[in-house]
Amino acid sequence: MRQVFLDHQSATPVLPEVFDAMRPYFTEYFGNASSLHQHGLRVRDALKRARQQMAALIGADSEEEIYFTSDGTESSNLAINGAAYANERKGKHLVISATEHPSVMNSLDFLEKQGWTCTRVGVTPQGMIRLDELEAAITPQTVLVAVHHVNHDIGTIQPMREVGQICTTKNVPLYVDCEASAGWLPIDVKEWGAAMVSFSPHRFYGPKGVGVLYRNRKARIVSMIHGGVQEGGRRAGTENIPAIVGGGVAAEIAQERLTQRVAHVAPLQKRLWEGLKLNVPYIQLNGSEPGPDRIATNLNLSTEFIEGEGQLLLCDMNGIAVASGSSCVSKSLKVSHVLGAIGLDHALAQGNIIMTLGEVNTEADIDYVVETFAKIASKLRGMSPMWDEFEHGVIDSVIAPTGRGKSFSQHAAEVSGKPAH
Amino acid sequence: MSETYTLYNSTVMEHFMNPRNMGDLKDADGVGEVGAAACGDIMKISIKIKDGRIEDARFKTFGCGSAIASSSMATELIKGRTIDEAMSFSNQEVVDALGGLPPVKIHCSVLAEEALKAALEDYVKRNPSAAAKVATTDSVAA
Repeated sequence: MRQVFLDHQSATPVLPEVFDAMRPYFTEYFGNASSLHQHGLRVRDALKRARQQMAALIGADSEEEIYFTSDGTESSNLAINGAAYANERKGKHLVISATEHPSVMNSLDFLEKQGWTCTRVGVTPQGMIRLDELEAAITPQTVLVAVHHVNHDIGTIQPMREVGQICTTKNVPLYVDCEASAGWLPIDVKEWGAAMVSFSPHRFYGPKGVGVLYRNRKARIVSMIHGGVQEGGRRAGTENIPAIVGGGVAAEIAQERLTQRVAHVAPLQKRLWEGLKLNVPYIQLNGSEPGPDRIATNLNLSTEFIEGEGQLLLCDMNGIAVASGSSCVSKSLKVSHVLGAIGLDHALAQGNIIMTLGEVNTEADIDYVVETFAKIASKLRGMSPMWDEFEHGVIDSVIAPTGRGKSFSQHAAEVSGKPAH
Repeated sequence: MSETYTLYNSTVMEHFMNPRNMGDLKDADGVGEVGAAACGDIMKISIKIKDGRIEDARFKTFGCGSAIASSSMATELIKGRTIDEAMSFSNQEVVDALGGLPPVKIHCSVLAEEALKAALEDYVKRNPSAAAKVATTDSVAA
């Protein structure tokens, strides 16, 4: 069976040259960067080189502005909680977009319980932050604005230059989560005037287990992990040297190959969406059309009258790895908050599938996915009471309304009189 | 890949991949359609009754793998049961027959139980004489 990996947003394979660079740091160069002997100093040198490689990827002035953490979530937590606690006396208000990653959303939930207040700025139906609302949300008590570069679910590219201008004018530090964009879109922290930026190498063919936080010298944060004075005292704990070394090499390669990688995936993204649109009736793309407002790796789809987990499982049984923002896939039984924030009808949120492309995908893969996905949709529709009721005019389509029947949501409410629990 | 890993156990996957009794029943004696407020899944079970027993059952499900497997298993289990027996059908039977479901997916089996009971209630409503008979077992209102 053909194997097609379409979940590059979750992980990418480590490049052989990255793995080769990492290997000696497990065995031969095993020293701890805090040690003052040869073993430690050698590793310290490697750490510095990796910081330079990370700084270069995002246009930072100096490697001294790069901090290593364990992953993107830790970087977000450090950026947000660290800035909140460091600026407590100035004010206790934060502003974020409504479609941030859970590591940002849930950090805010935590801070709210500790007495901070937070404004979640709305987005357009394409997922673009409303700049006027952002500007209006900033108060003299605001100590941080957090807006992600690219959305992890729907691939929307935010207008970072404008966001940066607003924050600069209002003199509020800006934290940009670049987890979904680093290595795939150019990043210039100075152009945005960003105080902090985070990203993780496992999204661009580096290893898991390392996260990066860029912090401008002027941005104040306090440590969230307490211990030794690693990472300038801002993140205690023994550095994951092999992952950091590998991440640095992956960053350098990503910078070199960025244009080439995008040139590879962008036509595949178009081919995949065009193919699905043509072969699967009642399918919708969430977010912007492929183009300047959408990252070239991502497609976020809603296939009507069927549920996302079933689609995901059948894709997997056919060798196709995808993700979903449907409630059935989530352990909390809630649909992705991003789909809620863009105002997606619950029926469409339930039928959600996320496909993210990478270097390994080919045109033949895409054609196989289109052909297979059409079969999967029709198999699941054959089992779905909603498809049957749509065909009999009991309920209507959200994607292409016929004017017959009631809405899916209305129907669902009527038959859900008794809660399932 | 040499090995296949699955989200659910092999029985659940088998019922998801090859569901039993999928579809609608022409001239059904009772139809029940219920939705789970928790997750948004919808399940519909149709039954055919002959001589006080469930002669045949069919399902249609809008939902995840375990919801489809639960409805497939529920329809298998209830065929041949009397209305009385079916009235006391419990979701636990579905869970056990499937060899277990992840804790967060137990509600899928509850949905199957509710769809079956809704179909039985529909049958009873259409056949008041049958209602009088089963009312004595005091399980109708449950």
